[in-house]
Amino acid sequence: MIRFEQVSITYGEASAPAVRGVDLTVAEGELCLLVGPSGVGKSTLLNAVCGLVPHFTGGTLRGRVTVAGRDTRTHAPRELADVVGTVGQDPLDRFVTDTVEDELAYGMESLGLAPDVMRRRVEETLDLLGLAGLRDRALTTLSGGQQQRVAIGSVLTAHPKVLVLDEPTSALDPAAAEEVLAVLQRLVHDLGTTVLLAEHRLERVVHYADQVILMPGPGAAPRQGPPAAMMAHSPVRPPVVDLGALAGWSPLPLSVRDARRRSPELRARLAGTEPRPPEVPGPPPGAPAPVARTRRPRRTGLLRRRAADRAPDGAAPGAPLAEVRRLAVRRGRVEALRSVELTVGAGETVALMGRNGAGKSTLLGSLVGLHTPASGSVTVGGAVPHRTAPGTLVRHVGLVPQEPQDLLYADTVAAECAAADRDADAPAGTCRALVARLLPGVSDATHPRDLSEGQRLTLALAVVLTARPPLLLLDEPTRGLDYAAKARLVEVLRELAAEGHGIVLATHDVELAAELARRVVILAGGEIVADGPTEEVVVSSPAFAPQVAKVLAPLPWLTVPQVARALEATP
Amino acid sequence: MRAPRATRSTALHAGAWWLWALGLAAAASRTTNPLLLALLVAVAGYVVAARRTDAPWARSYGAFVKLGLLVLGIRLVFAFLLGSPIPGTHTLVTLPELPLPDWAQGVRVGGRVTAEGMVFALYDGLKLATLLICVGAANALASPARLLKSLPGALYEAGVAVVVAMTFAPHLVADVQRLRAARRLRGRPDRGFAALLQVGLPVLEGALERSVALAGAMDARGYGRRAEVPRAVRRTTAVLTLGGLLGVCAGTYGLLAQAGAGLGLPLLIAGLVAALAGLWLGGRRSVRTRYRPERWGARAWLVAGSGVAVAALLIAAGGYAPEALHPSAVPLAAPRLPLWPALSVLVGLLPAWVAPRPADLTGRDTDDGGPGAGPDGGGRERAAGRARSADGEGSVGPEPAASAVGGVPGGGRERFVGRAPARRERPARGVRPLSPTRPTKERAQ
Repeated sequence: MIRFEQVSITYGEASAPAVRGVDLTVAEGELCLLVGPSGVGKSTLLNAVCGLVPHFTGGTLRGRVTVAGRDTRTHAPRELADVVGTVGQDPLDRFVTDTVEDELAYGMESLGLAPDVMRRRVEETLDLLGLAGLRDRALTTLSGGQQQRVAIGSVLTAHPKVLVLDEPTSALDPAAAEEVLAVLQRLVHDLGTTVLLAEHRLERVVHYADQVILMPGPGAAPRQGPPAAMMAHSPVRPPVVDLGALAGWSPLPLSVRDARRRSPELRARLAGTEPRPPEVPGPPPGAPAPVARTRRPRRTGLLRRRAADRAPDGAAPGAPLAEVRRLAVRRGRVEALRSVELTVGAGETVALMGRNGAGKSTLLGSLVGLHTPASGSVTVGGAVPHRTAPGTLVRHVGLVPQEPQDLLYADTVAAECAAADRDADAPAGTCRALVARLLPGVSDATHPRDLSEGQRLTLALAVVLTARPPLLLLDEPTRGLDYAAKARLVEVLRELAAEGHGIVLATHDVELAAELARRVVILAGGEIVADGPTEEVVVSSPAFAPQVAKVLAPLPWLTVPQVARALEATP
Repeated sequence: MRAPRATRSTALHAGAWWLWALGLAAAASRTTNPLLLALLVAVAGYVVAARRTDAPWARSYGAFVKLGLLVLGIRLVFAFLLGSPIPGTHTLVTLPELPLPDWAQGVRVGGRVTAEGMVFALYDGLKLATLLICVGAANALASPARLLKSLPGALYEAGVAVVVAMTFAPHLVADVQRLRAARRLRGRPDRGFAALLQVGLPVLEGALERSVALAGAMDARGYGRRAEVPRAVRRTTAVLTLGGLLGVCAGTYGLLAQAGAGLGLPLLIAGLVAALAGLWLGGRRSVRTRYRPERWGARAWLVAGSGVAVAALLIAAGGYAPEALHPSAVPLAAPRLPLWPALSVLVGLLPAWVAPRPADLTGRDTDDGGPGAGPDGGGRERAAGRARSADGEGSVGPEPAASAVGGVPGGGRERFVGRAPARRERPARGVRPLSPTRPTKERAQ
């Protein structure tokens, strides 16, 4: 159905091709998963299928790409619209009309289908994707999962033979992602649609795939094969596969079910031991938390300044970094938070979880004073966030927003760092030193938009840390990160926690929460429904349990490294 | 006669709402009587309250009311500071007058502020505000995007550009809010005008990125497909359209100018005909078809008719009671509510009973809206599938959906019209609703 013959693609002025030596065939009716670290050209390959590369993006394509017998060299994207449907990561950016029904019909109108055919297909698609009750709704009022289903539906109505999806679930909570994947599964099984899919969150999709195309690194030729065999060589793989590799199972398990059936022996081996907490369990005794600095120009050297910073001149050392008491926040007519209680201490890492729209971001926003409480109180390091001037507040609390790009204004990394030093009233070079530590090997002249997702997040983190806030908040930090970038982030955050920073993460990523957080808080409909140690909260929940916990339940293991350490200890 | 619930098939034609609103606006332009203007605003407000949906664009009414008040305020402030040419005897205050050079004769800054001048400005401002509020009512009742969908095929692409631009505006507002919040996170002040200016560049960058993504998506979905049209037809189209527009311009000039009034009207009509013929021919290049075009039914006639009637009756009233429509500011007199013009304004209330009732669409609380939110409201996806049969799609079509989505490769594709203009199908006036539900559902599960 899709054939790549000796394809290499070079963009405008790039010195090396973005992808080269691609020789692939995707057979009809397969669900094919494209796997690889960030920046290996997955999106380039996907866009080559629908003709956007090179017709829309520019660049040179060597070799030949054919889709359903049509050569993309001679067919512009609009002439492939009836055989290829494309769905991106952010559906809202790609909607052309304003209501669900019009959006479903838009593609067909462009193709010039007869009105009765259009009407019939829209009705069928509404039922197929479970959208019938939403048919007259405005697109902006839908939830993320609903929007993504509309985006899929809007390309399905043209009856494409091939569906190309670029990270369709990365912005969604686990339940909404299941919704979207169930739809894809049904398309492949019932309608014989060929699906080509790229996704970073392999734990969600790898067990649905019939074929995996592995792109091991930039410039390396992709390989194709059955999922289990490809996972054995893949630099990125989900925890269940890692666990399988650790336990020496062959072929590797792809789903929790596979692994669970092979795990009795492993569980027996682990039964006697207790998981030890990760190597940095919190602030080492005696190391005081970094406390809020007062606004005072310092002209001393780096080391002396550090020593000065540690001198407690703000809040008392034992006091919690943030206290939320019976907080209620209204956003328009919606009560976004209702009687929320939360205390975060120094060195503590808390994960906020819950479905999209549960109030996670609102809670983080309240902690930095973006929302005014309707009732109740918020105090961060003794200050009331929404009444504190931004310049003072950054010394108490820092938030890395969902789009780290929002924090970055300058043209180069160096300029960004200089601006951060000025904003935080810190000595020149503070931010650059942090960048060098967190993100080695990034040159001063790089434009922040040219960094990868993970690097941009880390740069934003460094910018926020320049003011040395004792409390650090991160909103959805792993969106769009591959496993390597995620591991790096986990390391950085653990170090920061060990230095005494309090960290609050809002995340859908159960694996991240399991690795990092000692405590999990679950929000639903603006209320806290669970608050406790990660092992207790997460293991008992089917939606929020990490894969390792599901495989090894009822044992309280959460992550592969924990299991690995235990196995080393008991040979 | 109870109005039905508005679904897509019973919804009132957007053009009807706009005609109704423009009728009210035309009526407002014929009078300065504050009581009549207030009555017009009340009529428009009542109809909007009774018949608007929960869709985001329906909230624009409030914005237009605010804009109207702003215009009124500005008009009054200017009249207060700059004086007005209206002679008056009742002096309210006397402001210090700014001496101006000779060449600025006729302009006055400060000076006497008379009650007559202020009342005149109030009436005048009220008229402008009422016009704006009428447009706001049309916006709230029928999104302009729906109106643009009724454009002829040749203008379609221009229409899409406008629709896309309009959907971008809310995105831009959201971007500005997000980036201002982000400034706070950097420790910079997030309020004030300077903060707004400094987020300008990032907001533009974001908008640019979004438009590139959207352009790519539209291209991939077949936007801009063209049918092959003989060269002669293309040339004729261009000549007709250009010539027609020139004719329209010349004709309008002739009509407005003192001299060539006799030549103006025929020229205008000929130009219009030529331009319309050009548009019709141009439509042949586009392969587009229309999905469920809006229908103009009896209710649409009534709604549009009521607006036109209000305008016509007030224009007529200008003939029989000119002094009631324009209460005098000099000398000051309390405006009276003339009976017949007031009754004619009330005709504009007709849509509040005739137009289809709005369905509750948005499902206000997506977090905890359960099945209780009604069959076509409610944010719950699961319930949505089951509640389908409730939304008025009852009639069974003659064809049992032979080709379900993607069913047989090429199934249903026989109607695909590709490049052959001869086989292109025009949207029919009455599209029969088909109900393919059952087969698809069984197949799907």
